[in-house]
Amino acid sequence: MGKINNKGIDRRGFLKVLGSGAIVSTATFYGCNPKNQTSGGGTNVEYVPTDKMTYRINHNTGDKVSLLGYGCMRLPTKPKADGEGELIDQKEVNKSVDYAIAHGVNYFDTSPVYVQGMSEHATGIALSHHSREKFYIATKMSNFDPATRSKEASIAMYHNSLKNLQVNYIDYYLLHALGIDGKQAYQERFIDNGVLDFLLKEKEAGRIRNLGWSFHGERSFFDYMLSQDIKWDFVQIQLNYVDWEHASEQNVNAKYLYNELTKRNIQAVIMEPLLGGRLSKLNEHLMVQLKQKQPEISTASWAFRFAGSLPNVLTVLSGMTYMEHLQDNIRTFSPLQSVTDADKKLLEEIAQMILKYPNIPCTGCNYCMPCPYGLDIPEIFAHYNRCINEGNIPKDLQDENYRQARRAFLIGYDRSVPKLRQANHCISCGQCSIHCPQQIKIPQEMERIDKFVEQLKQETIF
Amino acid sequence: MLRKIRITAATICFTLITLLFLDFTGTLHHWFGWLAKIQFLPTLLALNVGIVTALFVLTLVFGRIYCSVICPLGIFQDIISWVAGKWKKNRFAYSPAIYWLRYGVLALFIIAFIGGLGSLVALLEPYSAYGRIASNLFAAVYQWGNNVLAYFAERMDSYAFYSVDVWIKSAVTFSIAIATFMVFAILAWRNGRTYCNTICPVGTVLGFISKYSFFRPTIDIEKCNGCGLCSRNCKASCIDSKAHKIDYSRCITCMDCIGTCRRDAIKYVPRQKTQKTEQATEQHIPNLSNETGASRRDFLSVTALFTFSTVLKAQNKKVDGGLAFIKDKKVPNRATPITPAGSQSIRNLAQHCTACQLCISACPNQVLRPSNNLMTLMQPEMSYERGYCRPECTRCSNVCPTGAIRPITKADKSAIQIGHAVWIKKNCVVNTDGVNCGNCARHCPSGAIQMVPIDADILDSPKIPVINTERCIGCGACENLCPARPFSAIYVEGHERHRIV
Repeated sequence: MGKINNKGIDRRGFLKVLGSGAIVSTATFYGCNPKNQTSGGGTNVEYVPTDKMTYRINHNTGDKVSLLGYGCMRLPTKPKADGEGELIDQKEVNKSVDYAIAHGVNYFDTSPVYVQGMSEHATGIALSHHSREKFYIATKMSNFDPATRSKEASIAMYHNSLKNLQVNYIDYYLLHALGIDGKQAYQERFIDNGVLDFLLKEKEAGRIRNLGWSFHGERSFFDYMLSQDIKWDFVQIQLNYVDWEHASEQNVNAKYLYNELTKRNIQAVIMEPLLGGRLSKLNEHLMVQLKQKQPEISTASWAFRFAGSLPNVLTVLSGMTYMEHLQDNIRTFSPLQSVTDADKKLLEEIAQMILKYPNIPCTGCNYCMPCPYGLDIPEIFAHYNRCINEGNIPKDLQDENYRQARRAFLIGYDRSVPKLRQANHCISCGQCSIHCPQQIKIPQEMERIDKFVEQLKQETIF
Repeated sequence: MLRKIRITAATICFTLITLLFLDFTGTLHHWFGWLAKIQFLPTLLALNVGIVTALFVLTLVFGRIYCSVICPLGIFQDIISWVAGKWKKNRFAYSPAIYWLRYGVLALFIIAFIGGLGSLVALLEPYSAYGRIASNLFAAVYQWGNNVLAYFAERMDSYAFYSVDVWIKSAVTFSIAIATFMVFAILAWRNGRTYCNTICPVGTVLGFISKYSFFRPTIDIEKCNGCGLCSRNCKASCIDSKAHKIDYSRCITCMDCIGTCRRDAIKYVPRQKTQKTEQATEQHIPNLSNETGASRRDFLSVTALFTFSTVLKAQNKKVDGGLAFIKDKKVPNRATPITPAGSQSIRNLAQHCTACQLCISACPNQVLRPSNNLMTLMQPEMSYERGYCRPECTRCSNVCPTGAIRPITKADKSAIQIGHAVWIKKNCVVNTDGVNCGNCARHCPSGAIQMVPIDADILDSPKIPVINTERCIGCGACENLCPARPFSAIYVEGHERHRIV
């Protein structure tokens, strides 16, 4: 209608400009995703996916369990106001748990004895912010102390767990750390006092959905447990690329444990995938080998991929004290990239090199603590292992770096462990070694470290 | 010019001597430990004829230059006096010598020395007075500074500095050190070298010689205009400017007068009169005939019956983690104090030690501390609640300037018995906690402790330590590492005389 105005723009022209402008802008801004995802392949390390978590299905109940399990044994702590001891940093725990659930993690593993008895309570508080069907809780019957071995005391521990966790039923209940004291302890803790029967009844009643046990001990005991006429829903085993075929003396190769479970169609829950953190703190030249293969993934992720790639694994537990650990693990499992045969070969080589170092296989679990005579056992071992990894254990006085190594060892020792808690105060009473899940002969190791320190101080190494 | 040279030399000596007390790493002693050994009374006690003669000759030739350059207490007073001088210039005045005080104190000193009253000797002697101040007061500041550096070093992954414990080794000695510091600070602030010329026995002795010194500051009467500036700047108050006379027994050769005279009327020149110079050849060798202290020995008897519990404590652990509380160890009641290897006997130590605190500040294991006993006040004794006398350490014997602790080698030390270990049944954790121990036997460097079953018939019974007192050297490893707290179940009793085992 009306006259054609040659100076202005007409409808068709306007639509052309609009359309081409839109196309050009889209093309230009395509690369500038606010989430910083580069379009050229390979994810940016800052990105943590929320919806790509790998899940495994529980054969028996159909649970969809995240392959990454949240371990509550190493929750973050802060010192108490009066300076004597520690408290759990509840704010941090809440933040981490919220983050984990938001990114697809739904398995939480705790126990009445973790973090000096405070773990269940803290986990319960953190999880109470989420609806019950969003998570699976796993806890344990940790009746190690003889005072808790009576039927009443054990049942009280069970009810206490329900109360602390603020739940009416437990998804995964474990008989804690079977095998440490052999068959006799198992008899006392579960059979003679009727606790196992009680737990089986709870399962029938629906208050325990899956019953299993965690294992630290000898092969014969493991075989015995599997030979019993009880239907175990799952078993928690220590598995990582070192323990696969090179478990330390008193432990059992993870390959054997895994295969036995697979034969019987029992799913495995994995603990110590990082061997107490040691597989994320590899010696420089070992770490470099992993990085050369895949520079953009973390050292820890290799260990997780190894554990998670096994098909009969239900979940892999990780004690993620720090947010950065949680984020890296979520990235690793979202989704999990299985290890190739070449990867497995490389990990096996690395495992063999790790074994060449005389590290003490301490995983820092703190089960041995508190030492009644004040020693800081995990810290002594950690310092010694650190020095091994950094080459600060001089072999003899002729070593080139003898003076530096000696200085680094002795001064570092005093910095990490107060003098009154050092290895020379160990009286070999043996109260600690009973609890060690890695079956470390703690008094002997203490003596060995002490002798070494004496040699350094007296400058008589040879 | 001369004054500047004196100040430079004095600063260097003072800094190094102070560092000897402060440096806990022990490195400085290798190079400059001799500075402690040329101090007058220590070298006299060490019967070092050569150095004593050298000091006498030095004084005879140059006057009391010792008091201005070598004696750390003197330089300490000079520093305070100099600061005070910034406020109020030309504040000194001539005063006549107070002979009765000087000779009286010297006599008292000699009596105390011969009589074995070590505490009085220690209080009056200048080098020990300074040593006390340095090792109690300055050392604490130095160590705190070191700890700050160690804090940062740790964060920078550097092992250049490490933290040390700062602790008061004896409240009595610490108070005395503070009192000493205050007294000297006040005296020096008000009137320069008052102490040096009224009380200090070393000053008095050197004064006898410096009266006849070869070189001396001399007033040129021709050039002098009687302004009195020299007199008003003389720290030793020994210049009578009206009479143009200087009391050479009190002059400490600091050259301040020379520096201040505007008319160049004072010069440091050889003496003009031709008098026979007397060589002081006799030395003051103390008469070591007196016994000090009767030996009392308490007889320790262990009578308590013990019951042995076989309950395994291990199983009672309820939760994982945490650190056990560790009680502090208390010092046991020793019948005889322990003195370090090299001191040969308690008597030798008491008679030669001037309580300068050099060994105490050099001890890296927190074993040596000043005694609180009135007769041996501030002299070193040993205790093992914080550390033990390690087999490779011979620092105290290396640094002692008086010969109270004679130098020994590591090999010597492994065979010198300074005490022996004693087991206290009722404290032993085998009885109180029902556990196996053996930490004492494990750490004994001489293999003097063996673990034997409590019940000789039952070989499996818990083991208790037995001590071979013919092999025990009294190093205290057992006492220090015994888990029983607060009182150790095994401790060391000192020996009055050390012997080779």
